[in-house]
Amino acid sequence: MANDPADRYRAGVMKYAQMGYWQPDYQPKETDVLALFRITPQEGVDPEEAAAAVAGESSTATWTVVWTDRLTACDMYRAKAYRVDPVPGTPGQYFAYIAYDIDLFEAGSIANLTASIIGNVFGFKPLKALRLEDMRLPIAYVKTFQGPATGIVVERERLDKFGRPLLGATVKPKLGLSGKNYGRVVYEALKGGLDFTKDDENINSQPFMHWRDRFLYCMEAVNRAQAATGEIKGTYLNITAGTMEDMYERAEFAKELGSTIVMIDLVIGYTAIQSMAKWARRNDMILHLHRAGHSTYTRQKTHGISFRVISKWMRLSGVDHIHAGTIVGKLEGDPNSVQGFYDILREENNPVNLERGIFFEQDWGGLRGVMPVASGGIHAGQMHQLLHYLGDDVVLQFGGGTIGHPMGIQAGATANRVALEAMVLARNEGRDIWNEGPAILANAAKSCAPLKAALDTWGEVTFDYASTDTLDFVPTPTAA
Amino acid sequence: MRLTQGTFSFLPDLTDTQIKAQVEYCLAKGWAVSIEYTDDPHPRNTYWEMYGNPMFDLKDAAGVMTEVNACRKAFPNHYVKLNAFDSTHGWEALRLSFIVNRPKVEPGFELRREEGAGRIQRYSTRSYATARPEGERYS
Repeated sequence: MANDPADRYRAGVMKYAQMGYWQPDYQPKETDVLALFRITPQEGVDPEEAAAAVAGESSTATWTVVWTDRLTACDMYRAKAYRVDPVPGTPGQYFAYIAYDIDLFEAGSIANLTASIIGNVFGFKPLKALRLEDMRLPIAYVKTFQGPATGIVVERERLDKFGRPLLGATVKPKLGLSGKNYGRVVYEALKGGLDFTKDDENINSQPFMHWRDRFLYCMEAVNRAQAATGEIKGTYLNITAGTMEDMYERAEFAKELGSTIVMIDLVIGYTAIQSMAKWARRNDMILHLHRAGHSTYTRQKTHGISFRVISKWMRLSGVDHIHAGTIVGKLEGDPNSVQGFYDILREENNPVNLERGIFFEQDWGGLRGVMPVASGGIHAGQMHQLLHYLGDDVVLQFGGGTIGHPMGIQAGATANRVALEAMVLARNEGRDIWNEGPAILANAAKSCAPLKAALDTWGEVTFDYASTDTLDFVPTPTAA
Repeated sequence: MRLTQGTFSFLPDLTDTQIKAQVEYCLAKGWAVSIEYTDDPHPRNTYWEMYGNPMFDLKDAAGVMTEVNACRKAFPNHYVKLNAFDSTHGWEALRLSFIVNRPKVEPGFELRREEGAGRIQRYSTRSYATARPEGERYS
């Protein structure tokens, strides 16, 4: 950095590193927001300058020197790139660590946080590509957010369901069913043993089924199933709509009908999500979030935002459920990355864990946990793997794996519930479910014909493809 | 019907050996086991009667089983459940809860409706058993 202020602020263009955005000696403060970017500089751009440019363009800089910086405490407002490491095994890419002073951000606003961190910088020409890999939110900033409206523990207490993953299913086909036929699927699945059913992300209010019809038929199904089983049941009524006014109207109607849970899609935007989280807290409602659209920017390793960052933003925003991967199902999901997302959503504190893609320690400051949802191409035959990878605090959603059951929807639901309870029982008894899982399922199927039929139909189905969003790190050598 | 509250209600009723194994799992985790009973199984009946306080200091599964059997003997035709409480910061709630005794006959629930405007139904769920006073149900 040019030391003489007269030189530093002379009109003209100067390298970002020289403007003060590259400070290798900088010690991040406890209150700084930290970001880790994966940068791919253009040919001839050195990585420190590229990192400084990212720091500059995501904080105070513009392309040329401006004297008006001198009217501010600009040294503080300037983000500082303080470390650049080559990405292991990936020439041309670098991990750049950047620190931002907490005063750069409005309290309790994901919109403001993201307008800085991902606002302009992703289109910056000197970079071929840019990806936001991870963030550390200082506890002082975390405390300005409401966090999950309900949270994992209180959700379990409200539902009176402990000691096992919750079970759900998305109603299929996702488009075209009338309200009456749609409610039939909900009733059968809940009565058969599921805890929840779910609207799909694109079920809003279409010509084949308007939202009020769906809500009325679904709540008939929920109440019938509740009376038939003596258990609390729920169905995620998707209140996603074109305007906030419409969403509030749908949310109020869901509440009036006695629903325990409503649902929104990620595509409604950060501010709308925070608004609905406040509404949910105010109205004792569980808030489910479907991550519709996320793969457009989370999947490719060199571009966009890692889903672990989206997980952090959504925990701050205040949703209670979020789809976070299945590992074994039909959608993208490297096991270590997905387990990293689950840690971020559920734990009180995340230590650094490079094997799971967590670059920063994160203290959640008492913010409640978000229940991850595993959905997409999973079935009863994978129960041991699901329980092994994902643990107890997760909603396992078997859509096709319930509704497509050869003996009907109720049987499909029963098969999943029996498989789950048998696996939890066995695990708690100390059995090695990873290896004995298929035998445990086969044994449970002896007294449960629906489970036997499910295993016969799907037992061999796997989705064994290489992951795209894998982790790049050097394992820490351990003493032999 | 079969009331399906609790962690293992979709499995055949657990044997004492199976229950004991679950208790051992809970004790190994440092959770406090407690026993509750009721003859009002409404899904929103949060407060079943406590069969004593949670057994915070009992570390022996056989001792817990003695309590389970004493409760079953005192209330053979009630629902009895075994809970495991985790006092770890940030959880401070149940970790496991499953039924260990149920009435011989479970008549289930009636779904009552009150018809409102615009096809809205006001639902209420009533246990058939609770038509009779507490203590005289399921007999």
